Amino acid sequence: MNGAKHANAGIGRAASQVHRLLTEAWRLQPLYVSLYAILLSFVVGGVLISIIGVNPFTAYWALLRGMVGGGDQIAGSVARSVPFIGSALALAFAFRAGLFNIGAEGQLLAGGITAAYVGALSWMSDLPGIVAIPLILIAGTMGGAVWGGIPGVLRTKTGAHEVISTIMLNSLVLFGVRWMVNSRDPVVLRDTESTVPRTDPISDTGVLPELVDSQPVLHTGLFALLGICLVVAFVLNRTTFGFEVGTVGLNPHASHYAGINVNRVIVASMAASGAFAGLAAASEISGTNGFFQPGTFFLMGFDGIAIALLARTNPVAIIAAALLWGSMLSGAPLMQQEADVSIDVVRIIQAMVLLFVAADAIVRYLFRVREMDQSPFKATSVEGAV
Amino acid sequence: MAQASGGTVLEVEGITKAFPGVVANDDVSLTLNQGEIHCLLGENGAGKSTLVNMVFGLYRPDQGTIKVRGEEVHFEDSGDAIARGIGMVHQHFQLIPVFTVAENIILGNEVTKGAFLDLDTARRQIDALAERYGLAVDPDATVGELSVGEQQRVELVKALFRDADILILDEPTAVLTPGEVDDFFEVVESLTGQGKSIIFITHKLREVLAVADRITVLRSGRVVGTTTAEGATQQSLANLMVGRDVVFRVEKAEADPGAPVIRVQGLRSQDDRGVEMVTGFDVEVRAGEIFGIAGVEGNGQRELVETICGMRPATGGRVEMLGQETTHWTPRKIHELGVAHVPENRSKHGVVAQYSIADNLVLNRYHHRRFSNLGVRNTAAINVEAEELVEQFDVRTPGVDATIDTLSGGNQQKVIVARELTGDLKALIVAQPTRGLDVGSIEFIHRKIIELRDQGVAVLLVSAELDEILSLSDRIGVLYRGRLAGTVDSAHATREELGLLMATGSSGGQS
Repeated sequence: MNGAKHANAGIGRAASQVHRLLTEAWRLQPLYVSLYAILLSFVVGGVLISIIGVNPFTAYWALLRGMVGGGDQIAGSVARSVPFIGSALALAFAFRAGLFNIGAEGQLLAGGITAAYVGALSWMSDLPGIVAIPLILIAGTMGGAVWGGIPGVLRTKTGAHEVISTIMLNSLVLFGVRWMVNSRDPVVLRDTESTVPRTDPISDTGVLPELVDSQPVLHTGLFALLGICLVVAFVLNRTTFGFEVGTVGLNPHASHYAGINVNRVIVASMAASGAFAGLAAASEISGTNGFFQPGTFFLMGFDGIAIALLARTNPVAIIAAALLWGSMLSGAPLMQQEADVSIDVVRIIQAMVLLFVAADAIVRYLFRVREMDQSPFKATSVEGAV
Repeated sequence: MAQASGGTVLEVEGITKAFPGVVANDDVSLTLNQGEIHCLLGENGAGKSTLVNMVFGLYRPDQGTIKVRGEEVHFEDSGDAIARGIGMVHQHFQLIPVFTVAENIILGNEVTKGAFLDLDTARRQIDALAERYGLAVDPDATVGELSVGEQQRVELVKALFRDADILILDEPTAVLTPGEVDDFFEVVESLTGQGKSIIFITHKLREVLAVADRITVLRSGRVVGTTTAEGATQQSLANLMVGRDVVFRVEKAEADPGAPVIRVQGLRSQDDRGVEMVTGFDVEVRAGEIFGIAGVEGNGQRELVETICGMRPATGGRVEMLGQETTHWTPRKIHELGVAHVPENRSKHGVVAQYSIADNLVLNRYHHRRFSNLGVRNTAAINVEAEELVEQFDVRTPGVDATIDTLSGGNQQKVIVARELTGDLKALIVAQPTRGLDVGSIEFIHRKIIELRDQGVAVLLVSAELDEILSLSDRIGVLYRGRLAGTVDSAHATREELGLLMATGSSGGQS
């Protein structure tokens, strides 16, 4: 009993030590919890893998090689990660304004179908790529912005909570596009020559140039999404509008008092959030698929929630979190092939990451992380003494 | 009205309760006799609610003892208090609107037959209680469809249903219309007539004198007096409640008022629940004068200020500033006209707790050209401005980058005042500018307000501190039930006259 207590204290001390080193190495303080959550999830995942009779190190080694084992793997992992950046930004931006946008799933679909529709318009093939590609990306961005803006308007006009309305709008667009793409009579957006339900292919001039012929293809949409991350970081941290967004998120009453148009900020933040998801979808339509299929973005919006929370809604950290997320999914097939561990195990690990990030008290307790810049109410408590 | 009193049913001795940064109750003692109505009187924040929440088991005292019928008790939660026969009717009702009256009353104390609710028995018990105490309630009505007065009766029956002998009523009349208040008093007296004992919390003096047997006045967490209703007048109670023996005399020259700057006519507005709180308010404030608005809290001060400043929609009347009608303008538009506003609620409206002192100092002008180049924040200029203001307003802080919640209340208020009192001001609206501050900060803020007046700014000062009103104002108006009850020249104003106006709404004795 005493021994166990001792060992526990020892582990606690060792963890504290690791934590202290990280503190010094990492200046982005709130991200510790995320790092520990990832670590912990892999440990628990490893236990799961050994229960099914596989050496977890073998499995993880295969996973790692699947993720970053060679040029093709790395390119594939990055390609897989790119759209997650957009869907995570969709949560993160609204989150700064105090809104919980869980509608990225629908905003991706709205953006994707708009981009595919515009890309397949007959006159698109007459335009050069330098015009056609931006048009498709802008169309997708607008589609997402409209679908994201609606819950913002509903919130300000009727008080309907965005969590409810985004869920409803997710269903609406999901079944809406499914019908539009499936229906043969009348034909709405279905490519009648195709055996599978999908839209007409977009014009060749509207295809984003390829960077690496990996699986999936790594295309130049990467730069659009990396760019938008930096833009969002700049807007939130350096601009007057970003200041308004943050103020509304932290204290809407004080914002109203200080003359900020709270309703305008809410609508704009929701529309911007939707726009990021729409851009991600358009970049995939243009660079990867070339047409729209209803199942393409399945779960991508919900994964975005996890990624954004893992990155603590920091736009730059989102790039790292999305890369981790995408490459885990991209590396999982090799783990299945070599170690005979189902791809679903990776999904379980990801679910645990989210769980530990959301319930960060568990992580804080296990790793003795003190409350720092999380809650303003507890901020001044203990850290000063260290 | 004094009842044949039995023994003491409740004794509170030397209770102290502190919350971070504030001592809510400081060595408070109180006794309640059987069949007595004991009024607990005091301003908002005086510690009344904290005290009764401890008696009802919602908080635990840091020091002191509570005895029920001579026996010392240590309540873990309100269930323990209910078991000892204590019932409480909260200011905000704890009813479920979609349930019926009977369902609400038995909730948590269900009358059952096997695994099923026995609503018939419950109904009969409720009818019996209602008849006995003159509390007309229909057990089958849905609570959401009842008037506020009826819902309050349901709360009372709910407490009685749990066999409460000691009833705590937290501001029960705050939500009632005058007619309902009279009915309510009849009920209260029928309750004490049958041996129930009541602690009645209020800050309305008229009501206290109408129903109380004894009165305890709290101020800043301390008991400042206990008296009988016979020995008290509205005036003496008002003095006890708001008064302070020390008068802070502020040095100031004679006012030199100019043209009217703020003109309010017949203004009406509602609180968040839709109750009309400003009921036809008129005032005119001229450049270079301080118009003080005195009044017992809860008479519409908050709604008045927020409506004038554009934060709350006016439901009637008009506001004019600098000759322009601003009744339906946004807060920003009004501010840009040169109207500053020091809000009553520091943490809710005044600051963003997680922001730095610098960002809080530019909270209302972060978008001005000086601080924003084409929409990009000019942090250097913001910091320079912040350093200057911190120096000028003597804010005690290690640096302008520190978050504002690291500052004391007084220094936070200095930040707000620094922000609001800077710039090209024409009018200043200040609400409770020195609440909870130390003497030094109070003097400093008072000096700044007078300085602005001398520069020709029209100042509208709303304060619950009569001394503050008396020492700063050039003219004084009393806000009573949402309208101006009277205006006096501050040179001739006496505490007594103002106290009476505050309490009754008229200076000629009882209304």
